[in-house]
Amino acid sequence: MTAPAPGLDDVRSRTFPFPRRHFISAGDLNRLEALELLDLADGFVALNRQKAKKLDLLKGRTLMNLFFENSTRTQSSFELAGKRLGADVVNMSPRSSSMSKGETLIDTAVTLNAMQPDLLVVRHASSGAASLLAQKVDCSVVNAGDGQHEHPTQALLDALSMRRAFGRIEDLTVAICGDVLHSRVARSNVILLQQLGADVRLVGPRTLMPSAVDRWGAEVFHDMREGIAGADVVMMLRLQLERMTGSLVPSTREYFRFFGLDREKLARAAPGVRVMHPGPMNRGVEIDSDVADDLAISLIQDQVEMGVAVRMAVLTALAARLDNA
Amino acid sequence: MPATPPTAFLNARLVDPESGYDGPGCLIVADGVVADVVHRPDYDGLPHDVEVIDCEGAMLAPGLVDLRVKTGEPGAEPKETLKSAARAAAAGGVTSIVVQPDTDPVVDEPSVVDFILRRARDIGLVRVYPAGAATKGLEGRKMAEIGLMREAGAVYVTDVDRPVVDSLVMRRVLSYARGFDTLVAHRPADPYLTAGAAANEGEFAARLGLPGAPAMAERIMLERDLALAELTGARLLVDQVSCIEGLESLRRAKDKGVKVWASASINHLTFNELDIGDYRTFYKLSPPLRTEDDRQALIEALAEGLIDVVVSAHAPEPAEEKRLPFDEAAPGAIGLETLLPALLTLAHEDRVGLVDLIRAVTLKPAQLLGLDAGRLSAGSPADLVLCDIGAPVVIDADRLTSKSKNSPFDGRRLQGRVILTMVGGRVVHRP
Repeated sequence: MTAPAPGLDDVRSRTFPFPRRHFISAGDLNRLEALELLDLADGFVALNRQKAKKLDLLKGRTLMNLFFENSTRTQSSFELAGKRLGADVVNMSPRSSSMSKGETLIDTAVTLNAMQPDLLVVRHASSGAASLLAQKVDCSVVNAGDGQHEHPTQALLDALSMRRAFGRIEDLTVAICGDVLHSRVARSNVILLQQLGADVRLVGPRTLMPSAVDRWGAEVFHDMREGIAGADVVMMLRLQLERMTGSLVPSTREYFRFFGLDREKLARAAPGVRVMHPGPMNRGVEIDSDVADDLAISLIQDQVEMGVAVRMAVLTALAARLDNA
Repeated sequence: MPATPPTAFLNARLVDPESGYDGPGCLIVADGVVADVVHRPDYDGLPHDVEVIDCEGAMLAPGLVDLRVKTGEPGAEPKETLKSAARAAAAGGVTSIVVQPDTDPVVDEPSVVDFILRRARDIGLVRVYPAGAATKGLEGRKMAEIGLMREAGAVYVTDVDRPVVDSLVMRRVLSYARGFDTLVAHRPADPYLTAGAAANEGEFAARLGLPGAPAMAERIMLERDLALAELTGARLLVDQVSCIEGLESLRRAKDKGVKVWASASINHLTFNELDIGDYRTFYKLSPPLRTEDDRQALIEALAEGLIDVVVSAHAPEPAEEKRLPFDEAAPGAIGLETLLPALLTLAHEDRVGLVDLIRAVTLKPAQLLGLDAGRLSAGSPADLVLCDIGAPVVIDADRLTSKSKNSPFDGRRLQGRVILTMVGGRVVHRP
């Protein structure tokens, strides 16, 4: 093994106070726990930029990626995170295997549980699926997105990207824009960013806002220009195509006109504003390529890089909890 | 029913919803009917060969009449059979059940009505009355054989959980049913506003990422139903009103003299949306559990009589239909065996008077359907429940009689233990 990257010297000797066996919601972490994970992830960022990227913190551990919904980005991010920590990684896509034929989520869980994985990373189209799975298995479950509920590692990687760009999260004004109604990314981000002291705004047409959204502790805007005025971070959400053709918004061109992010709207944000997007982007629908590809303002590539580091931190902390169990 | 020896219930607390009497008394049963009632704890001149039951002050009331019970027979017997439902009813002090027509085949013509009545006769535990479908195949398009089903023994018509969307079809169903003096029950829910919904629309469901049904969806459909009931002069039963919005509409229509009655399920009187907690599918119901404000309003509406009837909304679903992600899980909860103790909670908490509570599950539903039940006077059928209303019970879903165990009351502490259930003078449950 090579020398660990800066900040990782003491990883082996430390125990991480990960509160639960599973990581289902951004709300599972308190402020200190979240900051500790971000610090740990910072070290992994440095490691990942070295030629020799491998550690043995998860040596002997088995990580299973269980993706009922396809996501190349998130799945490969978890896969790399596991491999760089020395775990054996297995990818399962139940939709394309015999497992999908009439077998319920619980059956799948029981089957996989019998194979003795240590960490189960799950993505599913139904809200609450990760929580349901966690009740039925002996290993640690990481929620990699459950329906319209949460995507907590996305929130952590977003927070890490912001902290590295601004040096802090506290008192940053973050405008989360677009389809908040269907977004698990928005839900996890609102919870985590508020926990870390950011001033969160939600921006979008009323048809894409959850009911009682005014009770989320975030200021709500239905005019994009007002919503991003003075914002330090503009976080765009993905709008699925089937929701744009008359069902929730009239058309893609109308959506882009009022809620798409372009230079003109962005000019109202704070000087030094950074733009984020969880990907994959619908260019010309929610975000103009001109903005997305401008490396001086876009953090979108950073987010992908931070994704691997944050997931390494989460897996390390959960595995340390298993080691000490 | 076969002849049984006479029975004397002595030292009982009689609760008679017809007369409003709640006090000490004795009741003599002979030849399947109530032979005599006295309002004293002891009885002079007991007949010969009588079986004497010392009630020790326990409540003796008419057996419960449950207007909304699903079984799986015919078509889905692993969920529940007529026999297992009848046994669950007997265990819960329910002596008459109305089984819903959403079976396979659907009860939309007289031969299926007849099948259920014959099966029930063979089982012989509690009285089973079929409800017929309002429209063929519950599809909301063509009227079912309402008159022939009525003749065969169907006690009302309903499309159960599927609203009749087409207003013209609904008008004709109401209008036609009126000609046969047949009650039409309808679940008010706008199908477009509730499409895909898994919970009550609001802050809680939004945080869980669950698609929600707004309470207004109930009011929208209910207002239409009430307008059509007014137009046709038909008798309408609002099936499971669940929210303040629905109660407001109901009140206006009743004040206006529309021939409308309403039921509430015991679940909506007991739980609210927060009971879903961490995606617990036993609390996934249709209509969904609403807010605590809605629940409180339902209790008040029951106390003042705006809600006429309480139902168990017994809906057995096996584990494989419930142990799923919340949005995929089947809605519904079993309730026959827990209806009475859950209902008694409202009396123990002094929210609704005991006699009024019992009336909402006995006399009122019986009157609504024209059944001779729900009273404790000489000559009435001896359908009775003897219940120790103060006895603490902890509900254990695995030990309930139903074939399906999807009880939201699992683990709950209630008060009220059924000591004996009698149907037509015959003891059908006595643990």
